[in-house]
Amino acid sequence: MVAVPETVERVRRIDVDQYRYGFETLIESDKAPKGLSEDTVRFISAKKNEPAWMLEWRLEAYRRWLTMTEPTWARVNYPKIDYQDIYYYAAPKPKKTLSSIDEIDPEILKTYEKLGIPLREVAILEGVEPPPGGEPSANRKIAVDAVFDSVSVATTFQKELKAAGVIFMPISEAIREHPELVQKYLGTVVPTSDNYFATLNSAVFSDGSFVYVPPGVRCPMELSTYFRINERNTGQFERTLIIADKGSYVSYLEGCTAPQRDENQLHAAVVELVTLDDAEIKYSTVQNWYPGNSEGKGGIYNFVTKRGDCRGRNSKISWTQVETGSAITWKYPSCILRGDNSSGEFYSIAISNGFQQVDSGTKMIHLGKNTSSRIISKGIAAGKSQNTYRGLVSAHRKATGARNYTACDSLLIGDKCGAHTVPYVEAKNFSATFEHEATTSKISEDVLFYCIQRGLSQEEAVGLVVNGFAKDVLQKLPMEFAVEAQKLISISLEGSVG
Amino acid sequence: MALLEVRDLHVGIEDCEILRGLDLTVNAGEVHAIMGPNGSGKSTLSRVISGKPGYQVSAGQILFKDEDLLAMEADERAAKGVFLAFQYPVEIPGVTTMNFLRAALNAQRKARAQMEFSTPDFMKRVREVAKSLNIPQGMLKRGLNVGYSGGEKKRNEILQMALFEPSLCILDEIDSGLDIDALRIVAGGINALRSPERAMIVITHYRRLLDHIVPDVVHVMSKGQVRKSGGKELALELEARGYAQFEDAA
Ligand SMILES: Nc1ncnc2c1ncn2[C@@H]1O[C@H](COP(=O)(O)OP(=O)(O)O)[C@@H](O)[C@H]1O
Ligand SMILES: [Mg+2]
Repeated sequence: MVAVPETVERVRRIDVDQYRYGFETLIESDKAPKGLSEDTVRFISAKKNEPAWMLEWRLEAYRRWLTMTEPTWARVNYPKIDYQDIYYYAAPKPKKTLSSIDEIDPEILKTYEKLGIPLREVAILEGVEPPPGGEPSANRKIAVDAVFDSVSVATTFQKELKAAGVIFMPISEAIREHPELVQKYLGTVVPTSDNYFATLNSAVFSDGSFVYVPPGVRCPMELSTYFRINERNTGQFERTLIIADKGSYVSYLEGCTAPQRDENQLHAAVVELVTLDDAEIKYSTVQNWYPGNSEGKGGIYNFVTKRGDCRGRNSKISWTQVETGSAITWKYPSCILRGDNSSGEFYSIAISNGFQQVDSGTKMIHLGKNTSSRIISKGIAAGKSQNTYRGLVSAHRKATGARNYTACDSLLIGDKCGAHTVPYVEAKNFSATFEHEATTSKISEDVLFYCIQRGLSQEEAVGLVVNGFAKDVLQKLPMEFAVEAQKLISISLEGSVG
Repeated sequence: MALLEVRDLHVGIEDCEILRGLDLTVNAGEVHAIMGPNGSGKSTLSRVISGKPGYQVSAGQILFKDEDLLAMEADERAAKGVFLAFQYPVEIPGVTTMNFLRAALNAQRKARAQMEFSTPDFMKRVREVAKSLNIPQGMLKRGLNVGYSGGEKKRNEILQMALFEPSLCILDEIDSGLDIDALRIVAGGINALRSPERAMIVITHYRRLLDHIVPDVVHVMSKGQVRKSGGKELALELEARGYAQFEDAA
């Protein structure tokens, strides 16, 4: 992404000695045995050098998980997952080094090109070693690590963040360095017993991000996990916790437009957000995990639990997501509007093509007085995909003056795909005002022909129309993300029209 | 060499023959009017020339600058200079007119291996043309044709025609739904684009349009064929006597 050259430069200036996070090497063996048991959980916790309370927390989740059953209510189909046939922990492997750019999968290269990522950066992103006599390899290594490893990049930005009092570090590290904060908030938004996948995550999560913004602080930069896209093994069971203390603000970007592959098919992440009085968190995601091949084989199963708790008065949480990847997406970023006058937003673009299945939406739970929420969902279905919006808006008895506005628009490309809207509404008090609008449309042949007559190719035409359809949501993304997301949308829909 | 040469064109859709051996020759610099009753195949002809999918060409040829037009995709034809002003321009929400114009123009230029316009150059060019067509700047920032009046949509078609500088302009009932003032503006825009390198085919029901855009040749079309061709006075004759006389001419 845009930050790469600058990041590389900044990281070059860091002393190698600052690279001090070598805890992974503490234990000799580097892979937990296949399957899930109390021993697996203990193994992971030991690997992470965790305090006893953390292990207990994980074990409790594990025991709870044993009593639960996999949910079946979503409109998705997949073969039964054998949870004993999965590795839950593997030590970080250095990225396979390639000797030249020619070794990169041409499909992936093509995508990079379309995203407008210069080759030099592709080489860095894909871990190509410079030829002998090229750039000094020590520097180069650090630079490569810098892009992939949150640890060293966190170091780069740490000074600036530290000056502001912001904590941004891997959660495994926060558990050791800021146990009081982690203990106070972890699992308070998504309890260990919340749902099958969240409970599994609680037992075996490998790593993720931790952010704490102290009272009155506006975080001086957008925090991006981009730097961690290939951080090893965190993709599978990622755990993120973000706390915005009173009167603070932070914007957090997750994911990357570049295509991402992972040998682990099952992903079950948990993200918890907490805002105290007058605080705001803006959380943006671009999800582009491998969707499977043209026959629908392979691809990531992405079962995510994301929830924000507007705990304080006048606090605000805003979710923005662009979902283009994964074979299956099961994801409902939600807001609990607990504090009076708090507000929640959900802006979503969910694209499905090929054999992808998306069941995504949000929950807005109004508990406090005069709380408001806004949902703008744009579902785009192409190929033989199925795309479902599932949303809940509820107002409890005490939530007087609760307001919600929901607009769900679906766009169909071709006639072998499906778009579905499943809204649930519960208003337990009479002063709640809920508005719901929904539309379903198709890209008509006349629209396509008009564009093509003006010189656009079929694919450009589809991309243009879809980007127009999704504009309201694209505008909510941070600038540099928005431009790439637009290209990503066009790329995701390639080959979607006859 | 004629700019456009249509020879014995037979076109059908869903087993129904619409064009039944149509011939038409248009030279650079000429303006041709095609008149004819509803259902005679005028719109079909315009779509087949510009490359809309879904039509079966069972016989005949379309040559454009001596190249086989039927072998090209619609976007290739656009890049080669074929422009169709639609009778019913579509609306594209969320895509501003300005953005659409730039995407289309740059796509054409790219196909012709020309440099893309820089943003300031492009904006300047659009503003000039828009001004000459009485199109307010604010309109260009709205979704393409979204909420435009009938007249605004038609002006937007002419704006694109002026911007893309095509060598063949086909205008399908550009006068439909226009009041007299709008008609004058649109016709003025079209006349301003007449040039020795460019040809136009103006499809209309009404002689009124031809008072503003004076054609070099008038064709009368009926039941999928050109039944009669003549000078501009043919339009007057049609108005006086109707199309009936041509129905069984062939
Ligand atoms: N999509 C279609 N399917 C079947 N018939 C069509 C279709 N489009 C046009 N036609 C028929 O073709 C004939 C010519 O139509 P058209 O080209 O629109 O005529 P004009 O523009 O001269 O009024 C009409 O009889 C019309 O019904
Ligand atoms: Mg017509």
